[in-house]
Order: sequence, then C-alpha cells, then structure tokens
Amino acid sequence: MIKIENLHASIDGQPILKGINLEVKPGEVHAIMGPNGSGKSTLASVLAGREEYEITEGSVTFEGKDLLDLGAEDRAREGIFLAFQYPVEIPGVSNINFLKTAINEIRKYRGEEPIPAKDFLKLVKEKSALVELDNSLASRSVNEGFSGGEKKRNEIFQMAMLEPKLSILDETDSGLDIDALRIVANGVNKLKSADNASIVITHYQRLLDYIVPDFVHVLYNGKIIKSGPKELALELEEKGYDWLKKDQVIEA
Amino acid sequence: MASEDELLAEVTSSEYKYGFYTNIESDKAPKGLNEDIIRLISAKKNEPEWLLEYRLSALKAWQEMVEPEWAHISYPKPDFQDLHYYSAPKPKKQLDSLDDADPELLEMYNKLGISIDEQKKLAGVAVDIVMDSVSVKTTFQDKLYELGIIFCSFSEAVQKHPDLVRKYLGTVVPKTDNFYAALNAAVFTDGSFCYIPKGVRCPMELSTYFRINEANTGQFERTLVIADEGSYVSYLEGCTAPMRDENQLHAAVVELVALDNAEIKYSTIQNWYPGNKEGKGGIYNFVTKRGLCETNAKISWTQVETGSAVTWKYPGCIMKGDNSIGEFYSVAVTSNHQQADTGSKMIHVGKNTKSTIISKGISAGVSNNSYRGLVNIGKKATNARNFTQCDSLLMGDKCGAHTFPYIEVGNKTAKVEHEATTSKIGEDQIFYCLQRGMDEQTAIGLIVNGYCKEILNQLPMEFAVEAQKLLEISLEGSVG
Repeated sequence: MIKIENLHASIDGQPILKGINLEVKPGEVHAIMGPNGSGKSTLASVLAGREEYEITEGSVTFEGKDLLDLGAEDRAREGIFLAFQYPVEIPGVSNINFLKTAINEIRKYRGEEPIPAKDFLKLVKEKSALVELDNSLASRSVNEGFSGGEKKRNEIFQMAMLEPKLSILDETDSGLDIDALRIVANGVNKLKSADNASIVITHYQRLLDYIVPDFVHVLYNGKIIKSGPKELALELEEKGYDWLKKDQVIEA
Repeated sequence: MASEDELLAEVTSSEYKYGFYTNIESDKAPKGLNEDIIRLISAKKNEPEWLLEYRLSALKAWQEMVEPEWAHISYPKPDFQDLHYYSAPKPKKQLDSLDDADPELLEMYNKLGISIDEQKKLAGVAVDIVMDSVSVKTTFQDKLYELGIIFCSFSEAVQKHPDLVRKYLGTVVPKTDNFYAALNAAVFTDGSFCYIPKGVRCPMELSTYFRINEANTGQFERTLVIADEGSYVSYLEGCTAPMRDENQLHAAVVELVALDNAEIKYSTIQNWYPGNKEGKGGIYNFVTKRGLCETNAKISWTQVETGSAVTWKYPGCIMKGDNSIGEFYSVAVTSNHQQADTGSKMIHVGKNTKSTIISKGISAGVSNNSYRGLVNIGKKATNARNFTQCDSLLMGDKCGAHTFPYIEVGNKTAKVEHEATTSKIGEDQIFYCLQRGMDEQTAIGLIVNGYCKEILNQLPMEFAVEAQKLLEISLEGSVG
C-alpha cells in the first residue's frame, strides 16, 4: 500500500528524518514508537503533506503513485487520513457541515455525485455510535470547546466517516484516560479490514494493549533503528529506549 | 498548498466578478455643483417648492462644510465640481411589462442573477430596481397596495405621498448632519420609499437592487422607511457595480423611522467595484444610515460589506423611546487595497433601552479594516444596556485591523460591555481542512463563513446564501 524509501526531511534546514524505510501492506497495523524528538510526528506530517517540511531525499509510493508529488488535499482524497495529535478548532463550522464538505470534495475527486442527505445522516448516526460520540457533538462547531477526549474521539469519528485506505494515528492516546483510550481503540479496531492499513504512532505501549500491531518499529534520531513483532513493544516498556540508543551509537 | 507569498500574490489575481458595463443612453446634467444644477434636478423631477428649498438650504450648508479627515482611510479627495449630478436612463417608452423593457437592461439583471422574471415567479420578494438614478421597474406593488403598504421610488413618493415625505425627510439624518449627508440632501436624485401602515406586518421581504452604471456619475440615493405603530418590515438592499477606471463617489442617506411598537430589519449586501489589484478605481462609499426608535420599537441593521475601494459607514440607532432596541450586525471584508472605516452609533435616550453591536472584520491583501463605534448613554437613559463585540480576522501579514470604540456614559445605571478579539486564519486550520480532502478555496470559504455565522444567521435565507457565496468570491486566494 505504502512504501517509504530512504526518506529524508528537514525543517528550516534542520534535518529531522534521516533515511526512513518502511513498507505497509493492506490489512496491516504498524506501530511506530520512540522517545520524544525522534521524528515520529514529523513522519506523520510529511506523509500527510505539510508544507513546512522539505523533502531532501528518498521517495514515498502510495498505491503505485508518487505520494510526494501530490498536494495535501489530493493525498487525503487518495485515501490517506491523519488523526491529529492536536485537533484544530474551527469556530462556527459544525462538525456535520465540515464532514459533508469533506466527503463531497472527496467524491468529486472520484467523479462521484454529492452524497444524498439521507445517506449522509444515516452514516453519521452509524459512525458516531462507533466511538460513542454524543449526537450533540456532531452539530457543534468542529472541536470547539471539546474536551481532550472528545477531540480524539472526533478524529476517529471523522476517520470512520471518510473510510481511508491508510490511517495515520499521531499520538492519539496522548491525554486520554483509560475509558477514552478503550473507546478510541475500539473504534479503530472495528474499522480495521483486509483492505485498509494503519500506522499508529505512540509514545507508550499502553495503546498497543488495545490496538494490536503486526509490527513495531522504533524511531530514533530520524531513523528506524529496530523493527520487530508486537512483543517488541513490551520489551520497550520494560527496558526503555536506552539500550537501543547505545546500540545505535555503536553502529554509528 | 502553496507558500504564503504565492498565495498572497494570488489574491491580486481575483478579478471583480461583476465587472461589465451596460451601454444605455443617458440623459445627463452638465458637470459641477451649484444652485442652477439643484434647480435643474428639482425641475427635471417636477418637485414641489418645499423640496427645492430643502435642497438649496442643504447646498448652502454643504458649501460651508469641510470633508471629514478623522477616518482611518486615505484617498484622493474627489473634485466635486468635476462630477455629473444627474443622469437618467432615457425612457424609450412607458413600460407595461417586462417584454417592453430594454433588452440590455434585462441582460444585465441576468448577469447579476436577479432576473425580474425569476423574482416574480419566486414570489416573496418585491424588487424596486434603481439603476443610476431613476427607478425602472417596481414589482408586487399591487399586492402591497392592498395592505396599504407603499413601496416605490423616492421620486414617485414625492409626487404621490408628499405629506409623508415632507413629514419625515431629514428627521433622522438632518441635512446638516455631516458633509456627505448634506451633499446628498442637496443633490439626491432618487432612491426608495417605504411606508408600512399601523399594525401591518409586511408579508414579504422588500428588496432594492442598486447599481451604479454611468461613468463619472456620483450616486446620491435617498432611502426613507417608515414603520408606523405596531408594524413590521424586513428590507433588503444589495448592490453591485460595473468595472470603471475612475473612482466613483457614492454618498447615500438612509433614514429609518420605527414608531411605537414597530420593528424594522434592514439588511445590506454591498459589493461595489473595489478597484483593481493595484488599487486603481473602485467606488468611494460614504454613507449615512440611521434609524429612530420610538417607544418599544426595534431596529436591526445587518450588513455584509465586501466591495468599494473606500467605505465610510456607521449605521446607527437613536433609541429615543423607552424600552426600544437597536442592533447592528456586520461583516466587513477588505482585500487588495480596499479601505474600510465602519461600525455603528448607538444613541440611548430613553429608559431601559438596549443595543447590541456585533462586528466582524476580515482583512486580506494590503487592505485596512477599521471598526469605529460610538455607544452613547444619555442622562435620562436609566438602565440602558449595550453589548459590543468586535472581532477581526487577518489573512496574510500585510493587512491591518483597527478598533476605535467610543463609549460615552451619562447615566450611572447603564451597563456597557465591550469585547474585542483579533485572530489569524491559521495554517493549522487550513491544513486540517486540506487533510480532510478539501481544496484551499473551499477551506477558506468554510472557515470564513464559520467566523461570520452569527451575522449571516441574521440575514433572510435567500440573502444569506448570496452573502456566503460573496464572501467566498471576495476572498478567493487570500490566505495567510
């Protein structure tokens, strides 16, 4: 589905990603872990198409297309979804209106007619139940006055509505209490299919108790320094990152 | 997403959508302003002696006044002697139906998307179209007539209802009120007149489309709306103008009178030619709008201002009667080189009077957008209340937003609140929308319409949709 090769990216001349290699196939869940400042969120932003980052080397192929050649909106329309670490507030714009606009823009891109109102409302009802999102949240302004947990659930609700091929969850667990974490994870699991895939970026192993990854990668200093099965996450929880950092120094 | 600089450059490429010029022969007075011109206008319009006297005394007052300098705007001062003060489309013959109307004129309405035909079918909206200075066609008059509602051009009102005109003209905006109001009182050529009788609730939105058409013609519209005791009317005014190179002066006066227990809702969409991307051309819009509320009366102004090179406009309410209410809801957009100094004046005279001001300014390009508002609580205005909220939204880093609130309180029981915020359309907000599959234009439209929602909600439905589109067109490509 997505193939990242030797990806280098920098911001304001400062290199952040220093050669990322990663391949994700349909049906897979990949977890990316790593200490603060290792480049996890940068990787998410670069894949979603944020402009501040300069790609200095490498390539990203998504469903056979050169992803780096596409603007952020076209990447979204091709099926890449980013669940934001800090979802943005848009005052005065209802969640419903926001989503309807998004869905119709995506449909337009695919040469489809706008979604009929009845189908849309049905979809809203169905998908908001998935993340136990209160009906009133759907009609409130996008993320405005939402609690931290509501914002994250709203991200997963949007993900459910837009049905992406590849979802990138950027620290979706940060700031969530255990109940909210369970709801969010539950939503993500229900959306999982053989045709879609996810990249779950997280700081803590805790989320991976709920969203079970097929692979775990450790990102450190802009590079993936270790990959392994889901058990790697447990090892990290136990030993921290220091032992890997040491290896890295020796390798270097 | 393009870089900020590229996007800012793009702002300048958004051309005025309604820039076309209709070629209709017109009957024009010679340039210049003096007693003879006033007499000519008055004679052309077959006016009674008292109105000529009114004009002449206004001219005298105007000649002794100086153009105000206090607004946060700069522009080359118009040469008032270099303008034509009267121009009227030459009537080919008396119009009985639309079939007889000038095809070019109809074509123009079609371009504006306001074909009278369509309006007729849609019902609900009666349109009094003012082109340059003479009213061309009024619809729905018969239906309104049955209810005793008078809705006609100002000139017709002068001929048919002189007593009403004479009783109220200049009572809310005196002819000596300010430089532009005095100019208007001297030279106004036409406009709209509306009278709602006692206890009548006007069943449709009354709507006027103004349009400046003739090159070098100053526009001096005069509007007078009178809502008699216990009546209600919602009045809409919308404008677009063709593209011109020279600056065009517009100095309108609107007077609203809401008698006891009456309510007037006055909505405006203003989309006059703002000038080109270098700031050349465009309309100078110096308008005086004011309403007078008697006991328990209510006046609300709602405006969406996206056009004009220079806007100078402070719709206000004088809450003379006890328990009366004044409201002002405004969205003012400036882009490219546009300048706006606009806001409201709320004058509390009676007891328990209440006013609300909600102003949303949006600045893009190298424009300047200022809010200037006055809240005055008189000595006798016991328990007066005012709430003011001024929000400014900036797009890019080359525009300016300014707030100049004036608060004068003469009664210690008054409660006056003022809130102000300034924000910037964030890269984050736009990126969030892009990541959900929207293009940048859609994203900006969505964000801006969200920002203006409180105001747009005040507009009648058809107008709100038009206003939303207008906001999107006006801000095409302007991102910061």
